[in-house]
Amino acid sequence: MKDEIILLAHGAGGRKSAVLIHELFCRHFDNPALNAMGDSALLSDGMRRLAFTTDSFVVDPLFFPGGNIGKLAVCGTVNDLAAVGARPVALSASFILEEGLPVEVLERVVVSMREAAREVSIPVVAGDTKVVPRGSADQMFITTSGIGLVPESLAAPAPDRAAPGDAVLISGTIGDHGMAVMTCRERIRFSSEIQSDCCPLHDLAAVILDAGPNTHCMRDPTRGGLAAVLNEIAAQSGVCIEIEEAAVPINEDVRVACELLGIDPLHVANEGKLVVIVPPEEADAVLGAMGSHPKGEGAAKIGMVQPEPVGRVHLRTGLGACRILDMPSGDLLPRIC
Amino acid sequence: MCVTPQRQIDQFIQLGGRPNTVLATFGDMLRVPGSNSNLEVERAKGADVRIVYSPLDAVELACGMPERELIFFGIGFETTAPAVALSILEAERRGLRNYYVLCAHKLIPPALAALASDPDINIHGFICPGHVSTIIGSRAYRTVARDYGIPCVVAGFEPLDILQAIYMLVDQVEQGRNQVENQYSRAVSPDGNRGAMRCIDHAFQLASSEWRGLGSIPASGLHIRREYRGFDASILVSEAPPNSDAESVGNICECGAILKGMKTPRECRAFGTACTPERPIGACMVSSEGACAAEFKYSSHREEVRA
Repeated sequence: MKDEIILLAHGAGGRKSAVLIHELFCRHFDNPALNAMGDSALLSDGMRRLAFTTDSFVVDPLFFPGGNIGKLAVCGTVNDLAAVGARPVALSASFILEEGLPVEVLERVVVSMREAAREVSIPVVAGDTKVVPRGSADQMFITTSGIGLVPESLAAPAPDRAAPGDAVLISGTIGDHGMAVMTCRERIRFSSEIQSDCCPLHDLAAVILDAGPNTHCMRDPTRGGLAAVLNEIAAQSGVCIEIEEAAVPINEDVRVACELLGIDPLHVANEGKLVVIVPPEEADAVLGAMGSHPKGEGAAKIGMVQPEPVGRVHLRTGLGACRILDMPSGDLLPRIC
Repeated sequence: MCVTPQRQIDQFIQLGGRPNTVLATFGDMLRVPGSNSNLEVERAKGADVRIVYSPLDAVELACGMPERELIFFGIGFETTAPAVALSILEAERRGLRNYYVLCAHKLIPPALAALASDPDINIHGFICPGHVSTIIGSRAYRTVARDYGIPCVVAGFEPLDILQAIYMLVDQVEQGRNQVENQYSRAVSPDGNRGAMRCIDHAFQLASSEWRGLGSIPASGLHIRREYRGFDASILVSEAPPNSDAESVGNICECGAILKGMKTPRECRAFGTACTPERPIGACMVSSEGACAAEFKYSSHREEVRA
């Protein structure tokens, strides 16, 4: 049975998002660059390989510990470029503003976009502004698009390249961004504030590809979290990914917040982490390179790629049991009962 | 929440259609299906549905919008009932006239007694829920253990808690004992939380209650006491909800038999076809811990089911 109207769950990066993308967008827009389903599309003019991506940002609240919608809008698109091994070249930024938004708020957002873009040395070269009547949008929505150049010599990491025996690495703790936003929005207080991990990953990605030129997959696990990204890779590569639960780094505050709210941290969004799948002979080098980069502190090997069952992600629990780690099914809902 | 009958969800959805009405609920309830819809879909269609973490947040919301009526869905067992009771007492204290509770609370011991007395089910032991027991105390199961001769072990929720509870139950069965034992003693006392129980008693009274899949069980639910009927959302319900076709759903869904352990999920015709975690029909598919949801998700033959 099909959904007749769009639910919030369709935008949550879980199974409903996947169905919408495959059965509606891909069906109508059908083309090879899109169907590759990477974080960025890869295009070629015969001389150079271009990476192209776009992303829209809606976040409540606009400002959260560790970032804001502007920083997020630059980092998100830069990270989608970085994840395919591209060097970011230029960004565009479009703003949909709600009537009544204080200009001061907009300027604070734009200043942090400038700061983030400066860190990446990438210009914002085009833009657009629309204003909608009060109530037609929640303060401000931002869409950024980005282009990057993929070095000719690089076999670009892609979600269909994971192979049995590969090591699965993560560049640091998971769940920080999603829980920072959720606990801030719901005013849930812990001993210390959970900080979003939002940051541009172009430099970390470059370090990873230097140390592991044969890196098979690189993804930034945003909406839907680590679970969604691993499930997508397992399905597209036709492999099984086995994760050691105890090896997945999670900040104690995030773990507690997730437990309190009945949310699986593996389903929670990240904005400053990379999942890397590398051939076993390059695993140590890549892990070492990540660990010695400030944005890869806490990098860990969390699992291995197995030949089968195809399309499945397995989680080895602390007790030695094995459970299937599924896609999140929809919007993350706190559970009380 | 998964045993909340469709009729009450329909009622809550219907209440949301009243002018100037805001619905507030725990997030758990958002995807639980009524007869034709759920709160997630109704919200997308325009109903004002707010998710709260505590019933006191709902009282706060009501306080901030005196021109609108706020209706909170009181669901869950003895774990959530005290906080909902407290919200009614707090609304009374603040003199609120726009805070209502649609009360669908359920009690665990009467349900255990109903299961124990069902001649079709042969239960050898109960793993009693830890969180509920922090409120009602381990003594609350004494009648079940004594009257029906069934051993009870109060258990925590970590994997090792469950394993130990099963081990303790097996021990009792092997030794022919039928006692209440407390595996979860780090959180549960014999008497429970007396303050919380007083809150429940203050705002609620016992009533027979309908359970999804199990039918009506005497004295297994809570109603709002007469003194507080000004906060009872059922006074706002004028007529039976429209299109309540619980019967037709009941015909294909084997939820009741599955909850009672008389059938496996795969013996249900709706399993994996009409009823999936994305579009659940019965309680066992609604809850991620439900037997059907677990079977669907963790079964090694998942693909066959989907095909």
